[in-house]
Amino acid sequence: MKVQIHVSLKPGVLDPQGRAIHHALEGLGFSGVNDVRAGRLIELDVDESVSDETLEDMCRKLLANMVIENYRIERL
Amino acid sequence: MGFRSAVITFPGSNCDRDMAVALEKVSGAPTLRVWHGDAELPSDLDFIALPGGFSYGDYLRSGAMAARSPIMHAVKQAAERGVPVLGVCNGFQVLTESGLLPGALMRNASQHFICRTVALKVENTQSLFTAGYEAGQIIHIPIAHADGNFFADDETLDRLEGEGRVAFRYAETVNGSARNIAGVLNEAGNVLGMMPHPERAIEDAQGGHDGRALFESAIRGLVEA
Repeated sequence: MKVQIHVSLKPGVLDPQGRAIHHALEGLGFSGVNDVRAGRLIELDVDESVSDETLEDMCRKLLANMVIENYRIERL
Repeated sequence: MGFRSAVITFPGSNCDRDMAVALEKVSGAPTLRVWHGDAELPSDLDFIALPGGFSYGDYLRSGAMAARSPIMHAVKQAAERGVPVLGVCNGFQVLTESGLLPGALMRNASQHFICRTVALKVENTQSLFTAGYEAGQIIHIPIAHADGNFFADDETLDRLEGEGRVAFRYAETVNGSARNIAGVLNEAGNVLGMMPHPERAIEDAQGGHDGRALFESAIRGLVEA
């Protein structure tokens, strides 16, 4: 089955990349964008037997850096 | 017995030779070279260096893959035994990713890769690596990185400062690092991570020699110990 791991910067952590994207959107004439945060999407194809707990473990040990990032697991 | 140092090479390391040469020139002893896939370190090491570069192409996050490579298990064990470990640039990123040092190194606030010599203030002169400098001394060391923006939560930053674990601070605006931190020590003081490249400043032919004292004080401290 497919699992999507959404990795995003923790609130309060400065996101220079998001800021640059925000700036570029404004440069293209898009208005009304209040903030941009850039993250990462990691898609896994795993056996049905892989537990939520194991997926959490993967996130904490490698897929996200818990100092600066949060993760959200979504089974598709 | 002579000074035994090792430089770990990951796929994508590119400052490993510079680091090995710096250690050899200052110590007079050959530097051992270790491949990331090795499971064990050479025996009786006095010093381990994690070099700069772009290990694993900076996949996932800078240093993230290297931090989980086979040799890092042995490096962690050695660090816990008290063997001095120096991580420079990508090596610093590997040390934070592996949990040997606190914090994380994020994209520079400017979003740019910055490659120039910067002024650093020496904050701690009590450590093995920094005993050769004077407190508050300003030194000039090259940097070359895109991800050198040091981040840690305020509690961690306060603790680092309170325990004297900030080794070097940028003396100018560089990359957005929290409290201008350029290099930090672990709690025991035997692990130093820093973004600037002391191995690129050991003799005047390189444009400056302000990095030499770091290697000299570490090697002297170890040989005399």
